[in-house]
Formats: sequence, C-alpha cells, structure tokens
Amino acid sequence: MALTGIQIYKLLPQTNCKECGFPTCLAFAMKLAAKQVELSACPYVSEEAKRQLAESAAPPIRLVSLRSASQEVKAGNETCLFRHEKTFYNRPGIFLRLRPNEAGWKETLQQAAGWKVSYVGVELGLDGFAVEIEDEASAAAVRELRALVAHPLILIGKDPAALRAALEALRGETPLLYAAEASNWEAMADLAKEYRAALTVRAADLDSLADLTQKVQARGVEDLVLDLGTSQLGPWLTRSTVVRRMALKNFRPFGYPVLAWRTEPPSELEAPFIAQAIAKYAGFIIVNTFAPEMLYPLLVLRQNIYTDPQKPIQVQPGLYEINAPKPDSPVLVTTNFSITYFSVANEVEGSGLPAWLVVTDAEGMSVLTAWAAGKFDAERIAKAIRTFEVDGKVTRKRLVIPGHVAVLSGELEEELPDWEIRVGPREAVDIPAFIRQALN
Amino acid sequence: MPIEIPKDKWPGSVRTVTLGATPAEGGTRTRTVTVGGHTTLPFLSFEAPIASPPVLAIEIRSRPPEDWSPLLLQVWGDVVNDLAAWAKAAEAAGADLLVLALSVEDSPQSAVESVKKVLAASGLPLIVWGPGQAEKDNELLVPVAEATKGERLVLGICEDKNYRTIVAAAMANGHLVQARTPMDVNLSKQLNILISDMGMPKDRILMDPTTGALGYGIEYGYSVMERLRLAALQGDAMTQSPIIVTPGYEAWKTKEAKVGEGVPSAWGEWSERAIQWEVLTALPLIEAGADILVLRHPESLRRLRLAIQELCAA
Ligand code: B12
Ligand code: SF4
Repeated sequence: MALTGIQIYKLLPQTNCKECGFPTCLAFAMKLAAKQVELSACPYVSEEAKRQLAESAAPPIRLVSLRSASQEVKAGNETCLFRHEKTFYNRPGIFLRLRPNEAGWKETLQQAAGWKVSYVGVELGLDGFAVEIEDEASAAAVRELRALVAHPLILIGKDPAALRAALEALRGETPLLYAAEASNWEAMADLAKEYRAALTVRAADLDSLADLTQKVQARGVEDLVLDLGTSQLGPWLTRSTVVRRMALKNFRPFGYPVLAWRTEPPSELEAPFIAQAIAKYAGFIIVNTFAPEMLYPLLVLRQNIYTDPQKPIQVQPGLYEINAPKPDSPVLVTTNFSITYFSVANEVEGSGLPAWLVVTDAEGMSVLTAWAAGKFDAERIAKAIRTFEVDGKVTRKRLVIPGHVAVLSGELEEELPDWEIRVGPREAVDIPAFIRQALN
Repeated sequence: MPIEIPKDKWPGSVRTVTLGATPAEGGTRTRTVTVGGHTTLPFLSFEAPIASPPVLAIEIRSRPPEDWSPLLLQVWGDVVNDLAAWAKAAEAAGADLLVLALSVEDSPQSAVESVKKVLAASGLPLIVWGPGQAEKDNELLVPVAEATKGERLVLGICEDKNYRTIVAAAMANGHLVQARTPMDVNLSKQLNILISDMGMPKDRILMDPTTGALGYGIEYGYSVMERLRLAALQGDAMTQSPIIVTPGYEAWKTKEAKVGEGVPSAWGEWSERAIQWEVLTALPLIEAGADILVLRHPESLRRLRLAIQELCAA
C-alpha cells in the first residue's frame, strides 16, 4: 500500500539540506507521496529507505508476464473484487494442455493454434499451450512444438531434469513452470531462477500456500503464480476469493496471479469451472481438451467480464458498404453498439447480398435500449442519413429499419418524405431472407 | 503459520421466500421450494452456511412453441404437443419447479385449463407467465390467479408499466409475483417499492433484474445482480428479494444456439455449443447471486445441477 507523506518523511535523512530543490525533507516527502517527484532527486536516501519505498509502490497483485520470442500473456495488476467497482484489466490467458507422450498431439497443436473465432470484430483464440513434460523425450517435443507455433508456454512436470531439458529449448523466453510443491520447491525455484521462468506454487491449503510462496520468494524467484490446490467449484471459489481479498489488503504472499486448472472429473464441469475462474479472479487458465464448442463461449465470456463497465464497446457511426453495394441496393439502419452492429453486418456480409448500412450515433446502445433512452428515434436516423450523404449514393431510396422499432416508421416517413420506409425483421438472422423475399 | 482469513459480516440478508403450497398449507403441491435467506455473498461457506442453493426451473409452453430452436424441439419431442406430458417430462428431467408460459392465442378459459393441467400432472411449484402484452397478461392472469387460490404460484411478469392488476390478483389469492426491471439497481428498488406499497407482503416478491445472453449483454445483468446482492447484504430492504433470471430464454435467442447451418465452422459442433451457451449464460448468473434460473434444455439443467452441488460442497 502507498505510504503517506509522514511515513515517507520518517525514511528520509531529515537534514533539510535542500539539495532536492525543496526547503525541507517534509516538503519533499509530501511531493513524493503525491507522485509529483522522483526519489532519485534526493542524493542521501539510504538503501533501506529505497527498498521500503519501492515495496510500498508495488501493485498489490504482481504483474506476471509469460513470453515467447514474439508473444506475451500477462496477468495481475488487478485492483478490485467486483468489476463494477472499476474494471478488470488483464484477461486471463487460456492455455491448452498437450501431452507429447500421447499420439496425435501435433495434429491437435496445429489445429488449435490455427483456430480463431471472431466476436464483435475481435479475433479470439488460444493464448498458449501447457505441455506435460514427463521425461527427457518430451523435452525434445518442445523443440518440435517451437518449430510449429510461437505461443507462450506452460511446462507441466515433476521431474526437474526433464524440465531442465525443456527449458534449454526455450532459452530467452519466459515460460511458466508448473508446479513447485512442498516436496520439490527448492529444485523448482532454482530452475526458475536459472532460466528466468515464472513459477507456479501449489499447496493443499491456503496456510501452506502462504508459507511456500514466502520460501520460494526468499530463494529469489519473483514471478510467482498460485495454484489453489483444488479444482472443485465451491472450495476453489472460496480460496480464490480469500486470496484476492488478502492480496488487495497487501498480504504479499498472495500478491500473485492465480492459475485455474480442472483436474478432477466429471468432464462436464470443466466449462462451468473455467467460467467461474474467468469471473472470479483467475489470471491463467489451463483447458484439457481442444473443443471449439466450449472454447468459443468461454472466450466470449472472458471478453464480456473484462469489458470496462463504464464504456460500452462501440463502432464508429457512418455509412458502411457491405458486399460492394450499388445505387439501387437497399439501405439498412442500425445503432453503433458493437454487438448490434456486428450482428447485422455479419449476417448481411455472410449472405453475399450487397447493402448500405447506416450506423447512427446511439451512444453505444443496442436498438431497444437506445430507443428507450431516446437515442435512436426518427429525428436521429434522418439526421444520420443527411450527415452521411446517403441521398447522393443511392438511386432507390429504400430504408429498412429494425423490426423492434417498427413504431418509428410513421415519424420517419415524415422526416424523410422522399424515402420508402420498410420495417425489417426483428432479429438479424432473418435479414438475408427478408432482403431476398421482401425487397425485390 | 496459519493465515488470518478475513471474513465479512453483513448487517442485512436476503429474504426467505417459499414457492408453492402443500395440501396442509392450502395448496395441492407435493413439494415446495424455498429460496433466499443468504447472509453473505454466493457460496462463501467460510463466512456463513449456504442458506439455500439456487433452484432450476424448466420453461414449458401452453401451445407448441413456433420460434424455438430445432434442438429444443428435438430433445423434448412429442411432449411439446401435450402439456401434461411436457410437465411430467420436465419434472423427470430434474426440475425443481416449472414455468408455464401462456400464449397470445390463449383465452382466459384455455389459460386456466392449461394451468390446471400442469398442476394435475406435476406436484412441483409453478410460475405462470402471461404472453408479455399488458392487456393480454391481465386478461389471462387474473382468472388463473382466482382458479388456483392458495397454491402460492408465482405470477409474472410485472413491469413498471403493468404491475397493478397482476399484483392485486396475486394478493387476493395467496400467490407471489415476479417483478422485472431492465438491468438497473434503482429501477429494481423502485418497482419493489411500488409493489410493496400496494400491500403485497415482501416475502411474496421475486426480483427479476433482466439479463442478456452470453455475448449479448450478460455483463450488464451480471454486475447489476452483484450490486443488488451487495446492497441487500448492506441492509437495503428494497433489494432483499430473491432473484429470478431467464438464461434459457436469452441464450436460445442467440444465433450461436439457434442456428446450425451457415455459421463459421470454428464455432464447433452445434448441439454441444448451444447447450454450453445456455450453461455458460446461467453459470455466471449463479455466481452473481441468482436464486431461480429458468432453463429450456434438460441437459443444461443436468450440468448446472452438478455445478450447484459442487459449489455447495465445503
Ligand atoms: C444490455 C441492455 C441494457 C444495457 C445497455 C447495453 C447497450 N450498450 O446498449 C443497460 C444496462 C445500460 C441498459 C439500459 C437501459 N435499458 Co436496456 N436492455 C438491455 C438488454 C438486456 C439487452 C440489449 C442488447 O444488448 N441486445 C443485443 C443487441 C444485439 O440487440 P439489438 O441491438 O436489438 O439488435 C438485434 C436486433 O434489433 C436486430 N437489428 C439490429 N439492427 C438492425 C437493423 C435492421 C435493419 C434490422 C432488420 C434488424 C436489426 O439484430 C440484432 C440481433 O438480432 C435488453 C433486454 C433484452 N434481453 O433484450 C434491455 C432493454 C433493451 N432495455 C430496456 C430499457 C427500458 C432500458 C433503460 C431505458 C432503462 C432505464 N430506464 O434506465 C436504460 C436506457 C439506457 C440509458 N438511459 O442509459 C428495455 C427496452 C424496452 C422497450 N421495448 O422500450 C429492454 C427491452 C428491457 C426490457 N424488457 O424492459 N440496457
Ligand atoms: S535532498 Fe534529501 S535530505 Fe536534502 S532536503 Fe531534500 S529530502 Fe531532505
């Protein structure tokens, strides 16, 4: 936690020599507390004071960054328990578990590495891979993997010799080792230190976890990640909540990102477990199988939970051209809420039908929300048509409005007398059929 | 060295509400369902015992649904044409209670008949929704309330523009109401106040803060629910009603659940994706404090039941 001016003053030489440019040490301390000056302006601070000040400035949850040569996945630096208090910052990285000792692992790797889905214009995919290192042969597999994909890695293993071989193959990267436990922590900590890897610390309960992170840290490893020692929904939620609360209160042994990995049956609970981990404070997540029908909703959930509650995701208002529209192609109108825009744009684009799409400035609200808030009415739609000079681009003035706001058609006819106003379907899925059947 | 676990103590709690009445209590239900009673945030059993686990309802319809995903029609099969059979099938699928949604095509008489059919076929507590048009809702729900006096049904959906008639009918006949507001803590409070001001006992009100589906606005509903639960625990009486949400309705509206063809192959296998969409819409809401979740697919219900059991395990 940040120190107050008085607390900082106690750490300064208290000689009022003025070399920092301030009349007294206290004045300098006050400026420091307000983060308006740098500590280095005082030539006489002791090493001890420097250490204490640096520590007090550290965030309550350490930022841990896993890196390959070209990619990075970060976790930590979070500041709250509930997203509405501020926002959640670093989306938990999702890593697919791979077992090189199983046949077909390379096919899975390639499939998974190439897998992408698009959600409101954002490409989503896996962030990395968690490789089980069981013997020195699997270390050779890490080399093969590196030749195929560039994602950051987690190395899962118990045998320090095998892990060392794998780490050798990843020189210059920051992988995450999984995991240091009571039985092997010294060897694991030494490996992490030698190869500058991050290290997961795992213990059966929170008391032992706090002990162990302190020991590992004292041995010189700073980038730690916590495994809560369970993957059952209830116990995991309890521990994750306690860890986040205590970390935010500056309990340093828990001031690290948490890793979530479902290691218990039944397999149907993997998705709910990961969903809980996304909502309740995980920093890194390992998934067991490559199943797009599960990963897609989970990645969408992660986007949703990590959206800043203060800012709806918006697109730029304007006139969008879809599938190279011609002057006689229909004109559709919608709002600039990202989810709304992409629902409509994707449907029309996917159908191959050419259309003009007018996106009004509805302050980032959905059709009905904006309508209810008075941000999507006949006047605003008419204004958008004029501002974006749609008249000059089309010869056939046909404007399709969302079915949910059919009530606007009368007023729109008055606002835009030379336009034909058509009420479209309620849901975007039905737009292509509507264009084909009703608009020809 | 043992760590000192910080425990929150709250001045307030969520009200306990019981749905359904047994013959001894003036109804005909073989089981009742009690929700609420929470004295801390969801599932934090180190702070307080879990007062009541969330319960799962299945939505059935008085007329065969026309706009439902083929996946739902397939899994329920012929029973969608036979209300009594559908109610039985939903009970067999493990529902704690049922939601019967009436149709715009229902008359007061057919609505009452449908409700009676369901009550006869299943002993579970029942929630009855009007078709969602103010006048029609009133026209159907009033006779339903009268014909089922004492059953402790939940009648819905009350909104700020249309709550008086439904609340009056529920009050006069010993039923409960579902009060829906569009994702806003203050609007939830306001409607709660309006309904209690009519004289409705507070332990007969369920709050429905509205939610969006996963990918379609769930984050708003999620945070409003977290805030409602925090306000309730802080002692704000008008946010202390148990929460009912409709993830089934929301999830099955999405393209991801509804449509199997002409979508990117990266979305994965349709049926499993659709079930995940419902499960993963419901799960965050459970974490945020939902007490009653209305679902549509039996497999989603089965998985969510497992999840709830594990959430309640210490
Ligand atoms: C999320 C949400 C919010 C969020 C805002 C999200 C946002 N950025 O817009 C918040 C919580 C802030 C909010 C606030 C309000 N909301 Co609101 N909200 C919703 C909710 C749950 C989902 C909306 C959504 O995101 N839908 C998804 C998007 C993609 O849908 P869409 O924009 O309609 O687009 C679809 C179609 O319209 C169609 N489409 C879109 N464009 C086009 C174009 C053409 C040509 C065609 C053919 C089709 C088409 O395709 C899309 C996909 O199918 C709905 C209820 C629900 N479950 O639907 C209520 C709802 C829209 N809200 C409502 C209300 C009343 C409000 C408030 C006025 C409440 C209040 N008094 O404070 C405020 C207004 C905002 C303000 N004053 O600041 C009401 C509107 C009621 C009505 N019919 O008038 C609703 C319906 C809830 C309800 N049942 O009461 N809301
Ligand atoms: S330079 Fe350092 S010792 Fe001198 S007045 Fe400033 S703070 Fe005090």
